[in-house]
Amino acid sequence: MCSLALFPPPLPYGQTTVCESNNELLSGSSTEDQLKQDFSPPSLSFPRESLKLHSRTENSSKAAFLDHSETLWMRSAAAWRDGGLTGLLNEITNSHPEVPKWLSMSSGCILALLQWVSSFHGSLFPHLTLSSEDMIAEFSQVLNWSDCVVRAFAWHPHTDKFAVALLDDSIKIYNPKSATTPTLKHRLQRNVAVVQWKPLCASALAVGCQNCLLVWHVDPCSLSTRPSAGCAHVLSHPGHAPVTSIAWSPSGSLLVSASPMDTAMMVWDVAAESCVPLQRVGGGGVTFLSWSPDGSHVLASTPSALFRVWETRMWTCERWPCIKGRCQSGCWSPDGSRLLFTVQDEAVIYSLTFTNTPAAVPSGTSKGPHAAVVVADLSETTFSTPDGDIIVGGEIQSLAWDPRGERLAVLLKGDPRAADRSPIIAVFKTRVSPIFELLPCGFVQGEPGAEPRLMQFHPNFRHGALLTVCWSSGRITHVPFYFLSASIPRLGLSGSPTLPHVQERPADFANQSLFTEFIS
Amino acid sequence: MQEMSDRLLNNKAAASIAWAVLLLPPSTAIFVILSKFSVLHPIQTISECFSMLTSATAIFSFILLCGVIIMVGFLNFEYYTVIPTIACSKIALFGQLLHPRQLVNSLVHCIMGMIVAWCSAVTIGFRYETLGHPCAQTDGYHQMCLNEYHLILLLGGAFVGFSHSLLGVIHNMNYVSFHTVQQYKYLRFKGCLPLVVKCSATQALYSVRNFIVVYYFLGYIPRTWICKTLNLHLGSSAHPLDSIAGLLDLSLLYHLWISATFLLFTWYITLLLFRIFLTEHIHFRLNPTDHQILVLSFPKFQFLALQDLALLSQHSPLRRCEVFSLSQPGGHPHNWNAISKECLSLLADLTQRLVAYHDTVATNGRAKSLSSGSERKTSSETSGTLISQKWLSIPLTAPFTPDLDSPFMSPALRRLAAPVEQGSPWYGTVQSPHIMRRVKNFLAKRVLIVYLFNKLPEASSQALFADSQAHIWALEGLSYLVQASFSEDQFGVVQTTLPSILSCMLVLQEAVDRHFKLPHASSKPVRSTSSMGDSTYKTLRFALRATLKTAIYRITTTFGDHLNAVQLSAEHRKRLQQFLEYKE
Repeated sequence: MCSLALFPPPLPYGQTTVCESNNELLSGSSTEDQLKQDFSPPSLSFPRESLKLHSRTENSSKAAFLDHSETLWMRSAAAWRDGGLTGLLNEITNSHPEVPKWLSMSSGCILALLQWVSSFHGSLFPHLTLSSEDMIAEFSQVLNWSDCVVRAFAWHPHTDKFAVALLDDSIKIYNPKSATTPTLKHRLQRNVAVVQWKPLCASALAVGCQNCLLVWHVDPCSLSTRPSAGCAHVLSHPGHAPVTSIAWSPSGSLLVSASPMDTAMMVWDVAAESCVPLQRVGGGGVTFLSWSPDGSHVLASTPSALFRVWETRMWTCERWPCIKGRCQSGCWSPDGSRLLFTVQDEAVIYSLTFTNTPAAVPSGTSKGPHAAVVVADLSETTFSTPDGDIIVGGEIQSLAWDPRGERLAVLLKGDPRAADRSPIIAVFKTRVSPIFELLPCGFVQGEPGAEPRLMQFHPNFRHGALLTVCWSSGRITHVPFYFLSASIPRLGLSGSPTLPHVQERPADFANQSLFTEFIS
Repeated sequence: MQEMSDRLLNNKAAASIAWAVLLLPPSTAIFVILSKFSVLHPIQTISECFSMLTSATAIFSFILLCGVIIMVGFLNFEYYTVIPTIACSKIALFGQLLHPRQLVNSLVHCIMGMIVAWCSAVTIGFRYETLGHPCAQTDGYHQMCLNEYHLILLLGGAFVGFSHSLLGVIHNMNYVSFHTVQQYKYLRFKGCLPLVVKCSATQALYSVRNFIVVYYFLGYIPRTWICKTLNLHLGSSAHPLDSIAGLLDLSLLYHLWISATFLLFTWYITLLLFRIFLTEHIHFRLNPTDHQILVLSFPKFQFLALQDLALLSQHSPLRRCEVFSLSQPGGHPHNWNAISKECLSLLADLTQRLVAYHDTVATNGRAKSLSSGSERKTSSETSGTLISQKWLSIPLTAPFTPDLDSPFMSPALRRLAAPVEQGSPWYGTVQSPHIMRRVKNFLAKRVLIVYLFNKLPEASSQALFADSQAHIWALEGLSYLVQASFSEDQFGVVQTTLPSILSCMLVLQEAVDRHFKLPHASSKPVRSTSSMGDSTYKTLRFALRATLKTAIYRITTTFGDHLNAVQLSAEHRKRLQQFLEYKE
């Protein structure tokens, strides 16, 4: 099993990871040291001060106006409109001088009963009591989402453009080949949790936000910097909000969306604006979705200690109960045969393998394994550096696997209360075939004081892998990993599977115990 | 072949009806419990329900209900369509409603509604049980009086059945759409069940409201007629039910509503099961002796065959291998040739239709052109696809479906439709009350004519793309096969047709782009969720546009720069370059 003790120690204070070259991570003292390459996406910075934030958080302007006495009927109607049944009951209960005593009494009783029932429901699924903003923060893949300047990030699957969702609810689209930077704003686009580009399409961008799902059509040839709200299609379904995760099918035909409030996962036919709810009651909601790159499976985690893996032909699912907590994050290998996932409150990475049954067999469901295997242990490890001891490890926020399956980035949460345990990104070298291997690569660190919040690999970087990291300072940097792809099968590996692979690695790794499927 | 396809579809319909009949006992039991439930005597209710369910009349009415369900299933099978008939103006809609075939349908539904209502009256028992009851007149003689509660329930059932049939035409309830998401039948049924309950309850509420209004004004006509023919007397004791006091009977309203809900629920369940069974994926064999199934497809089968093509091209490498294989003696790629030829002719047909429509619009309808119904007919004949004429247009409505150049939309009428201009001699000069009245009458007539003949916005676009589900599958099937051919096609059979596939898609793309620049073509329709009618056909054109783009991107992303070696015209190459650079 691979553990953090095998990693090279983190960089000393003030040093920044620049790139990986010749099998080692190079560092520099500032971001200007970046190697000049033929492709360098813009490194952006969004200082918090530059954003015009909303001065008020409520959407009603009630507080700004003087209190004005209205009739009971008007107030009741307003309460019904704003707060539904509970609002109406509250209003009736609170205005006793005007309503008959029996009415205020009975509405008070009904209100108490409703609260009791909802608290009972909430005790079964505690996440239901959260506000929608807290819920997004709780289940987002972004570390400390509510305080993050960059709230979501997405590379386009085929080109070098990317979308950035900011704290002020706007989305900006950067394209190195174009001078215009479209800014997307919409009345319903609040608290963006996730953005994703549609595969096999140049223009469609799906946005999951607090109340609905938006699909923007941003014409790549347009010179407009503010596409109108007419370019966005609103997809909403009663009870399906806030949307915390979305995933396009790799073939670009379907979009799935998840909300922790809704036990159904929605499968959208975006062009027809129709959806099919896939209802499974257990778990109390759906928090995170990930579609395997080959399109055959979808991982759907729930707020409870349970996640599901759907197969996408007949949309049946396998249930995977966890022992400890909910599934926090997951990622698929490029061929869709292996799922890596992490569980809340645990510092390990699990692995599941799926073998695709020949699709001619109509029975649809693929028979998976019976238990997950631990492939990496990321529990706390102390490194002694010239600046003193640094503790790294602990709970995992998110996972990202590069599209060739050769680098795995793990965002570790750290501990916000301890100064020497800040969040950090650990990167593994991986290999998927012929057997699964996991080797340490190193830590990716930013400028002093900047914590990693969100990361994503570039979907088609030619020289290896390119990891984009969004930092707490509002900066977005790109860390390239230069390597030759090992996808060409080497002789000897396929021939004798019993050969210990340790010996085949470079000499500096040869004396370390590494994870391969044979050792575990 | 014809017999085989017919037998298969008949089997599917029969299975769906059988399941609907099997589901009847539980729904009837729930209806009995709900209709007899009283809060004050829960145990008495249960015992009453048990004795009711085992009585002879209950069994007799249950057999009647089974007959009704079978009849409804048969009507569903007889009237369903996979290509919706879209009325382009109000008059065309009236034409559909007054079509003899539709009148028969309405009449049958009316009678069946009455039968179901009789069954529910018997089941509810109490004061609803019989049509006549003995009553004492003032002079002491006993005679039979009319039980108006029974009558109102029967008429209510007939009304709900009739309005169900009318709404079926308005909401295109006989249109069966295919889902993009494949699910097992049981799971699909389970997923749709809450929607069916909600739809039947709300629709029953609206129908009962309308029925009560009608009965309040016209209720005396059937009542006196029944009394006359059956020689019954009107009871003098109670309120007549077509008065406000009589209708404000909560228990009566509840029983009307619950029996209407029961009626609609059983019918909707039958419809739902029919749709689920019919749209289920069928595996077609693809061996050379059988491949004619795609070429000589029989109309009702073509959709299922195309659906299978789209799925096999996406999911099953083994069957794709069969498509790319060569025939054993001879070495011809018969399978691929048949599939690509059929798909390309379908797409070319759509392109031709779009170009013709665009030309008509561009010349403002002045040019002599065929109505869209007959135009489609000719194009489908020339291109060799065999889409049933029955699907395309019901004969009577055919002259009504075209909108712009309908025989009723003459230039004179169009001038009439324009509002009176302020500067016209009519404006301001008319003072005499007599003339004013004449003008008003004239305007009123005109408003009616305009209302009837004015085309509905977007309807022409919807009608143009009504059968586009087939094109969507053809595009998906072709593009997935071409994508797979990059690594799976050993003999290079796809390469020979790649130029024609690409140019066909690019031409269609251009035509679709031009179509979406027309007014109303790109406006999104309002979606209604609380109706059993399927409104998928309203968004088919958007789905087609998205699928077309994705299909071209699928090919360009897979082949990349290799496409530069494909023979294409300069214009198409330019367009393809846009796709290669992700600028579309």
